[in-house]
Amino acid sequence: MATLNSNLPPGPLGQKWEKHKFSSKLINPANKRKFKIVVVGAGLAGASTSATLAELGYQVENFVFHDSPRRAHSIAAQGGINAAKNYQNDGDSVHRLFYDTIKGGDFRAREANVHRLAEVSVNIIDQCAAQGVPFAREYGGLLDNRSFGGAQVSRTFYARGQTGQQLLLGAYSALSRQIGLGAVTSHTHSEMLDLVVIDGHAKGIIVRDLKTGAITRHVGDAVVLATGGYGNVFNLSTYARGSNVTAIWRAYKRGACFANPCYTQIHPTCIPVTGDYQSKLTLMSESLRNDGRIWVPKKQGDKRAPHQIPEAERDYYLERKYPSFGNLAPRDIASRAAKEACDDGRGVGETGLGVYLDFSDAIQRLGEGKIRERYGNLFDIYKEITDEDAYKAPMRIYPAVHYTMGGLWVDYNLMSNLPGLFVLGEANFSDHGANRLGASALMQGLADGYFVLPATLGNYLATQKPDQRPKTDHASFRDAEASVQSTNRRMLASKGSRTPASFHKELGKILWEYCGMARSEAGLKKAVQLLQALREEYVVNLKVPGEEGGLNQSLEQAGRVADFIELGELMCLDALTREESCGGHFRVEHQEEGECKRDDEKFAHVAAWEFTGVGKAPVRNVEPLTYEEIKMATRSYK
Amino acid sequence: MKVRIKVWRQKNADSQGAFETYETPTLNANMSFLEMLDVVNEDLSMKGQEPIAFDHDCREGICGTCSLVINGKPHGPHRKVATCQTYMRSFQDGETIVVEPFRAKPFPLIKDLVVNRKSFDQIIQAGGFISVRTGSAPDANSVPVPKINSDLAMDAAQCIGCGACVAACKNASAMLFVSAKVSHLGLLPQGQPERERRVLAMVGTMDELGFGSCTVTGSCEAVCPKDISLDFIARMNRDYGYALIKGEPHRNSAED
Amino acid sequence: MKVITRLWRSSLGRKFLMALTGIALWGFVVGHLIGNLQVFLGADKLNAYAAFLKSQPGLLWGARLGLLAMVGLHVASAISLSAQNKAARPVDYGNGLPPHASSYASRTMLMSGLIVASFILYHLLHYTLLVPAVNLSGADFAGYYQKLTDGSERHDVYRMLVIGFRHPVVAGFYLLSIALLCLHLSHGLSAMFQSLGVTRFTRLGRDRFAKIVGILIFVGYASIPAAVVLGLIGKEVVK
Repeated sequence: MATLNSNLPPGPLGQKWEKHKFSSKLINPANKRKFKIVVVGAGLAGASTSATLAELGYQVENFVFHDSPRRAHSIAAQGGINAAKNYQNDGDSVHRLFYDTIKGGDFRAREANVHRLAEVSVNIIDQCAAQGVPFAREYGGLLDNRSFGGAQVSRTFYARGQTGQQLLLGAYSALSRQIGLGAVTSHTHSEMLDLVVIDGHAKGIIVRDLKTGAITRHVGDAVVLATGGYGNVFNLSTYARGSNVTAIWRAYKRGACFANPCYTQIHPTCIPVTGDYQSKLTLMSESLRNDGRIWVPKKQGDKRAPHQIPEAERDYYLERKYPSFGNLAPRDIASRAAKEACDDGRGVGETGLGVYLDFSDAIQRLGEGKIRERYGNLFDIYKEITDEDAYKAPMRIYPAVHYTMGGLWVDYNLMSNLPGLFVLGEANFSDHGANRLGASALMQGLADGYFVLPATLGNYLATQKPDQRPKTDHASFRDAEASVQSTNRRMLASKGSRTPASFHKELGKILWEYCGMARSEAGLKKAVQLLQALREEYVVNLKVPGEEGGLNQSLEQAGRVADFIELGELMCLDALTREESCGGHFRVEHQEEGECKRDDEKFAHVAAWEFTGVGKAPVRNVEPLTYEEIKMATRSYK
Repeated sequence: MKVRIKVWRQKNADSQGAFETYETPTLNANMSFLEMLDVVNEDLSMKGQEPIAFDHDCREGICGTCSLVINGKPHGPHRKVATCQTYMRSFQDGETIVVEPFRAKPFPLIKDLVVNRKSFDQIIQAGGFISVRTGSAPDANSVPVPKINSDLAMDAAQCIGCGACVAACKNASAMLFVSAKVSHLGLLPQGQPERERRVLAMVGTMDELGFGSCTVTGSCEAVCPKDISLDFIARMNRDYGYALIKGEPHRNSAED
Repeated sequence: MKVITRLWRSSLGRKFLMALTGIALWGFVVGHLIGNLQVFLGADKLNAYAAFLKSQPGLLWGARLGLLAMVGLHVASAISLSAQNKAARPVDYGNGLPPHASSYASRTMLMSGLIVASFILYHLLHYTLLVPAVNLSGADFAGYYQKLTDGSERHDVYRMLVIGFRHPVVAGFYLLSIALLCLHLSHGLSAMFQSLGVTRFTRLGRDRFAKIVGILIFVGYASIPAAVVLGLIGKEVVK
């Protein structure tokens, strides 16, 4: 059994972070220079933390599998970033952002973490503005805000429909500055394939150079994983094609606990699937729900064109069911409502898997120019993909996998149960509970990277002797490298008849069917069986063309899909054992008229899974969630 | 529909490359260009041949990873989109499509259609930033930015760093890329203290890396997936001229 | 001097040199045209103008040397930048099409420039150094004098010009070279704004300006040999 000590600081909620910062160990500047930190990933969390740690004086080595540290999928976030600035004077505060986030997460997140997130949110905006992030502004020159799902205040800062891009480029520029100064060594085209654990501490990684195929060992006094989420386990998702679980999965297999893997977010506003060839689903920012109204025909199988359906025969189901939040209901709720409407035979479009997102009212009220100014690029994307003009006819949208709230378990310092292993951003499980609110992912990535880890890392490093890192010829490095080599060689030698892509498609279908928006005991049990069979087939029937040396994208994919298949099984197991519904995890057995029915008696805890061997049952560790400040309530957006 | 693709195949930087022609399996017109390549690659893999290596990631036109010169034009036939947002409905049934890697000396080829664009990172590392330590920033609203500046800065900041501008340019010039970053930061009050240093350093690095110069042909702007304007180059030229004539920042040049 | 070396060392600096010398050379092209158009006012006007220029040796030689230096810098920058550009793009694309959206003028600046430069050389031999071998008509321009009423003589530039352009090959070569010069200017003038960072006018406006100026200059210069060949001027001149 792993020990899960969350290391929550004592004291009242509002003072925990301040107190913790004060009581955290400091490393003197002369010693900081002697510590080397390995950071994997350069999205919002990885880039911001690499830059900040280097500014503090640590030696930083940054690894990305991309060709540049500017490509991580944080770049695709469209809508915005939340911060409790209350620039709009509409009643926002740190406490309100904290409360909205906890409630949005259906009371399955750690209170203290979320409060800290809300506290540092204000610093993030300052930091980014100073870096030159061109946030939207009003004519007076001050920052503009928009509203977002799950909140009744306008606290979202944005840069057109490309907020993630601009924030990432800000972090990338800070990182680039440190690379230019020689404080960070940047390794591009470098994929982490194993974690090296020495005497129970994470002390290095094994990396494959994707250009040459060379396998190398890299040692650090601490290892930071900021490698993003695992939503591509569904094959079709809004993730980038390269996003994968490999780094955190291999850390899991070396002893790090994986928390709440079943918490996945299905985003309500994506462009519907059109065919089997599809490689990717495209998100339409949730900000569209500010002005768009979601509806389906009241009649089942109504195949009339949208403009032919009179007002009285339309069902604006979100406005009907949730009058106070309406179209801005949180993502999990909006997604499930769309699924219900489609399951009821009232879906629109050729496949019947779609609902309308209609701007005609907003265009009438504000004029097409205003709508173009607000959402022009999104309407362009829609036109590009579907060949349809959303100014003339309503968009068709359908939910798609978008974010994973689960991830490696971390304590308040963002350290996993393996000492020396830190996990940041979407790769950890910490702040969003069972559902993430819109515009909170960017906030968390940057909070972790700029402000949290740089303050908490000292607590671990103070227990380590400076300049006493193990050498890379240590037996653990040798073994880890050998294991990576043999895995790759085994896959290349396999003489089967199916490509990694074909396995990935099958895996995705199984998970979407049984572990998607609605999950049942029978379905999950069936999925576990199917996935075990798939895992076994993968070993014998895989076909990977190409060689070990040089660029081999099939080999890269083969390794990632292998990890996804194993992860899929764990997700289903987690979903099966969590016999309640909360946030993005909806068990059909536990509902009240389609709404989530939590079981706080039995499941007000984090489930952190511990690896025991491939094909062996993992151990389910539990970290209870205790709420000191707020009362758990039934989440209502009515 | 079906098409024929004539693709540049090259094992690695040291080997000789050549065009190979492949017949695609039956395609759906709503497929993206990259999905078409996925299908061709599955087909090649099943036949025991090595799939075509190509760069891609987000597949929604924002990460800047995808490249490809399609029928002589980086990012394919349309304006203002990347290769990943190019759809097969833009091609004729039975057409032969020529697919090549980005060509430029500072973008050395890795394999097939994949090139190394590290040089772009090196230019940014030379000065494409505002030096601000984490934690040292003032309140975001303490520095007002005129909306017109912030909007124009955003136009420039949209650059996705894909390198199509370099690939399209007959001189393999990186001016559009560099000028977008220089203009983005130079238009904001936060970027003023380092404005001259930045432009000198970035242009100097660009030259060192072997990019060509701008002869104002406009190819870069025409292929830019984010529609970055050639005017930013003029803006950078002005900044650069000013900084060059002033020379290295000196105590006496400090402004009152 | 430090500024010049700094300019020369960077590609953008050399672009500035090209633009600045370009402005000066363009100014000369316009001034030279205005002077030459006096041919339409008759022999007396033109010859008087030529004599006036010759009477100011300081000015004349200053301008000549200055222009030569400008041409030298302009050409040297162009050649050095072109070498850099060629090295930056060693491999062409397989379809053989010209770079997307680029204009013919913009792609051929080096060639049009070099041809114009060689034309200038010829032009100098022809009408400034008065080398008989290049005028193809066997005349000795240096021996053309106009007698004035006070008995003094001055160089008969008018007669030289008419006789020079009567040769169809010479006239044709002038027309072609002027056309290339104007093609060069139609891109160069617009690019000059860009290189110097003038964003005041829209790009469309700059392009249009450059094209119109290019056409006007062509019409102006071409009118002289054309008028001679068509016999509109200089009918009275005999060889």
